[in-house]
Amino acid sequence: MVKSIFKATILFVLIAVTAYLAFYYAPIEKSMGVIQKIFYLHIASAFSAFVAFGICFYANLRYVFTRRPKSDWLGVSAAEVGLAFISVVLITGPIWAHPVWGIYWTWDARLTLTFVLGLLYVSYLLLRSMIEEPDKRALLSALFGIFAFLDVPLVYFSIRWWRTQHPQPVILGGPGSGLEPRMRISYLLMWGALTGLLILLLNARYKLEALRASVEQLRREAEVR
Amino acid sequence: MTWQGFSSTGIRFENIEKRYGSLYALRRVTLEIGAGECVAFAGRNGSGKTTLLRIAARLVRPSAGSISFSGSTGNDRRDDGGGVNPPLQADAPMGFVAHATMVYDELTAEENLLLFAKLQGIAEPAARAASLLDEVGLLDRRNSLVRTFSRGMRQRVAIARALLNEPCVLLLDEPATGLDPEGINWLEKTLRHTREAGRTILMSVHGESEISALATRAVRLDAGSVVADTRAGANMHSILTFAGA
Amino acid sequence: MELLSNTAVLLGKELRTEFRSRELLTTTVVFVLLIFMLFSITFHPTTSESQQFGPGLLWVAFLFAASLMLQPCFLREQTNDTLSALRLSVGDPFAIFFAKLTANTFFLLLMELLMLPFFAGFFNVHILSVLPQLFLVLFLGSLGIAIPGTAFSAISAQARMRELMLPLLLLPVLTPILIATTDVTAGLLGAEPSLNFAGLGIMIGFDVVFLTALWLFGEYLLEE
Repeated sequence: MVKSIFKATILFVLIAVTAYLAFYYAPIEKSMGVIQKIFYLHIASAFSAFVAFGICFYANLRYVFTRRPKSDWLGVSAAEVGLAFISVVLITGPIWAHPVWGIYWTWDARLTLTFVLGLLYVSYLLLRSMIEEPDKRALLSALFGIFAFLDVPLVYFSIRWWRTQHPQPVILGGPGSGLEPRMRISYLLMWGALTGLLILLLNARYKLEALRASVEQLRREAEVR
Repeated sequence: MTWQGFSSTGIRFENIEKRYGSLYALRRVTLEIGAGECVAFAGRNGSGKTTLLRIAARLVRPSAGSISFSGSTGNDRRDDGGGVNPPLQADAPMGFVAHATMVYDELTAEENLLLFAKLQGIAEPAARAASLLDEVGLLDRRNSLVRTFSRGMRQRVAIARALLNEPCVLLLDEPATGLDPEGINWLEKTLRHTREAGRTILMSVHGESEISALATRAVRLDAGSVVADTRAGANMHSILTFAGA
Repeated sequence: MELLSNTAVLLGKELRTEFRSRELLTTTVVFVLLIFMLFSITFHPTTSESQQFGPGLLWVAFLFAASLMLQPCFLREQTNDTLSALRLSVGDPFAIFFAKLTANTFFLLLMELLMLPFFAGFFNVHILSVLPQLFLVLFLGSLGIAIPGTAFSAISAQARMRELMLPLLLLPVLTPILIATTDVTAGLLGAEPSLNFAGLGIMIGFDVVFLTALWLFGEYLLEE
């Protein structure tokens, strides 16, 4: 308990420092102005979300082949944490887009991919809530998770192809390319902080799921007597 | 493929456990069933009879424990029970009669038997289907849809389906359900032949009947555990009719 | 070999039961006609607009019809526990999926071909000159819907609210196939018909990826 509070405090300080750096250390971007500051949170969250879904895929595969409940716990934890990060991406995105593009949303490749990704994992969690029996829920949701993750590159390629067929709004070149040094330091720190947050959340959620399972186990044993 | 050498097969359940969520369907069931035995499982609804039969049929994977077959070639038996992919097809042919009929209502009796005979790779499916239809007394209704059958007739088709591959182990979940007295006589005769041919029979029964009288051994399950097990005729009566539970 | 012969036997069963009842075909045909009509009365498209939006509408209609059609695929096998009988009888459970997805592709394709003349008539689209290419797109698209559709039908049949679950699972996964089919169809029905090979490549890639995944993981979907 003390240890996790300690870790959370460190992470909180780190995020606060990073936010400070992003606002006051990194220079203001010329064409977009101060709104560009959201970039640090936006991109780092997107990265964490992708990592979380990757972990979910790994856990799903592992569950199918080992049938250990622990893999199921990891799967559901990663999916939920990934969805939390993708929500940050989907909320900060329009906030950033509106002043810069003049619109909140456009069905461009990256936005559509993020949206579909979010939907896939919402479906994954919904499916879990619709199956009572734990073994069956773990197996079927793991199988759906595998199919869903395999879909991600297909969605990406199809959208990229689709978007090159159509006119699209003018979007600035991808961030990261030729980033100003102070911006890069701020970004890397934010990336580190959010990866830390990912690990912390994942760990906490996993422990919660493990506790749930042991409560279930105790209840079962109490019923036997 | 011939099974002449394996016409009798024993089954060994070892510490079989099955959980459905927080419910235990079976708790550490260990049973050794010899080749050629005819075992009647008694117990209230929900005592684990159906689950045990489905595990024996390899339709359900046990949560823990293992099941092994003696007299079979045993090449791909795994004894870890919780193994990832226990092969559904046991080495020795098995027949399974479940609560549900396991046949298609939208197909005729003959089409059903032909379908499963072909899937099971039986040599002359048409001849086998015809002979079984004759055996279960449905030859004149062979071209009627199962949907139009009475419960008893459906049960006959279900039993015919289970007998298609001349099983070494016959698993029956309350096989007398829905049968009229004439049907029960027929089932009794069929099972007696099966038993006398040295085949192993596992069946769940509901109280004493002509069918349970065929048993050479009675096992009582309660809340997923074996609570009584006997081969002595006098004790069998009390196990099968045990009303105190 | 046993896989193929089992698949053929099972496919025969699927076709026989469907043609006996014709439930799937009649309901989906009516459903697609309804969507055509609803689109026309809600959007009042002009001739050029209906030509522009036609391909998208066509595939959205097919997609929703498919999520209806795939619903009973494994549910039917639960009625009398025939799925257990199939699992006990076939050596490779993939045969069950293979037969079902072939049957589903066939029924989808049949329904789509029945609807094409109505589509051409209602939306003033010329299809006769590009019929072979269109058939190819319909085939690859239907296969792409049927493969994950059959797999998810096995999943949703075991869940609560299964009628809602299947579209929720299926539609997001089908995004790539919808994008590709719509665009390739639009290319074929445009003023200068052309077949977009990149789009076909995406469809083939989608079909191959999911068919392989189904082949690898299908048996686990049927566990009890």
